[in-house]
Amino acid sequence: MTGASTGGRSAGTGRGLLARVRSAGWLAALPLLVFYAVVFGGPAVMIVIGAFTVDGRPSLDNMERSLQGGYLTALLGSVRLSAVVAIAGAVLGTLLAQAVVTSRSRWLRESVLTASGVLANFGGVPLAFLWIATLGNAGVVTTTFGLDRFGWSLYNFWGLALVYLYFSVPLMVLVMTPALDGLRPQWREAALNCGATPWQFWRHVGIPVLAPSLLGGVVLLFGGAFAAYATAAAMVGATVPLVTLMIGDALSGQVLVGHQNVALALSLDMILVAGLVMAVYLPMQRRSARWLR
Amino acid sequence: MATLTPAPAVLTDTTPAKHPGGPARPRTVRVWRGVVLLIAALYFLVPMATAFVFTVNIPNVGFTLDAYTRIFTVEGFVSSLSLSLGLAAATIVLVLLLLLPAMLAVRLAAPRLKPVLEVLCTLPMVVPPISFTAGISSLLPWAQDVLAPTPFYQTIITIQDQRFPLILVLAYVVLALPFAYRSLDSALTAIDVRTLVEAARNCGASWPRVMLSVIVPNIRSGLAGASFLTLALVLGEYTVARLLGYVPFPVWIVMISGSQAQVSVAVSVFSLLLTWALLLAVSSAGVRKRSAS
Repeated sequence: MTGASTGGRSAGTGRGLLARVRSAGWLAALPLLVFYAVVFGGPAVMIVIGAFTVDGRPSLDNMERSLQGGYLTALLGSVRLSAVVAIAGAVLGTLLAQAVVTSRSRWLRESVLTASGVLANFGGVPLAFLWIATLGNAGVVTTTFGLDRFGWSLYNFWGLALVYLYFSVPLMVLVMTPALDGLRPQWREAALNCGATPWQFWRHVGIPVLAPSLLGGVVLLFGGAFAAYATAAAMVGATVPLVTLMIGDALSGQVLVGHQNVALALSLDMILVAGLVMAVYLPMQRRSARWLR
Repeated sequence: MATLTPAPAVLTDTTPAKHPGGPARPRTVRVWRGVVLLIAALYFLVPMATAFVFTVNIPNVGFTLDAYTRIFTVEGFVSSLSLSLGLAAATIVLVLLLLLPAMLAVRLAAPRLKPVLEVLCTLPMVVPPISFTAGISSLLPWAQDVLAPTPFYQTIITIQDQRFPLILVLAYVVLALPFAYRSLDSALTAIDVRTLVEAARNCGASWPRVMLSVIVPNIRSGLAGASFLTLALVLGEYTVARLLGYVPFPVWIVMISGSQAQVSVAVSVFSLLLTWALLLAVSSAGVRKRSAS
């Protein structure tokens, strides 16, 4: 911008334009804000109101009930499943990322990263059917090796965990690859030249640098598994107690009358857990970004 | 020995250390890496391969592509797929129409609004889709009651039309916001929006013309990325549609899986390929952007 500004004289020149834009320009954001308030804010307010209302009166009963009996079992089941998937996915994903990063093959690296990008976004119903065709009751691997004779079943807690890893491990690879790339060989050499043992290098340099990415990845995987509904619904129906399946049943009307608001209380529980998870993830991501320029 | 990569000195001396990721380590490392890659390949490729076998190899009949040709004749295929595609198109248009003016506004006129927009566009990730759905399904009856005596009653009925449920479009826009925001944000950061707009305005361009001839061509890759990610999201979305009682493509797949197991797996394989193609399109759009700038 050169000095073409002559006060607010004519439209379209210099400061005149900017001043005009500044006064009214934020109106362009208004449609989004209104939309957001109605379509996102509306349901959010309904969840909170519904969770704390019984028969039209304010009450903590729904929240209490959502943390008891079958509902509590489902909530804990979801947390347990997500924790197993997050930790297993983080370990396996990090191993795979390390194998790719230390490999000399450019082709291998490119293809693993591209495949990870696709598979990390591949979930929902098709994922369930892919595995049912493989290890379900009539699945190809099940029938070929007669796995049912050994009591194999895909439709339980561990089956779900196995299936969830299909999108969790690739996600971890995507998170960890830049972090492992950021671990410069020079740091390792500098440490070793200064007389550090490999263990000391990992203890004081490697793990501290990787820690934010690792923890961020674990949290991200946890959140993904925790919120997943479609895969579980298409695969196990209701045989594994999960909070998402409970809410789904309640919304489909397969629940006692008067328990509708418990579904909202469970939804609120879920949002609180997911919010906690994101509150850990976002600062982690910022911290790890420092090393990964 | 006090040299660092990429100088030729080598700390552990079995093989030259040219590759990124650290000096070469003994053979055990290579064996370990091979094992990790092999297990990963088995875990990720076997389900894809067996799912394909499941669809083309019918017990006692042998090889047939019947399942793939049958897809088109199964009741509901055309209607559910066209519904999903229609919803996706509407969602993409609405997301861009709401988001792009808002993002330009915070850059040109209201920088203080930027963190607000960022938080608003991240929040939908914190709320699991099923909780969001629970909120919508308790908001709708309430809104219907409240709006019944007003002229808006017809609106609330119209958005729940079975033939084209606009309520799903509204919900999908919220779910797509985080992805679309990040895609557009990186594209807008790469260009100097302010200078471009001021130059165009000073040359006498109208606002619509600034948008269509200056901004849009410069952020084409960001727009393409946002559109593809939204398309992939809508084509795979199950939770909201199923629980609000509509039958787009993913819900249809689950509905037919009971009677047509082979067809449902065939469609799943097809949808994996489709996701693959869409995401490759996104990443190639990203590559074009980088090489152009």
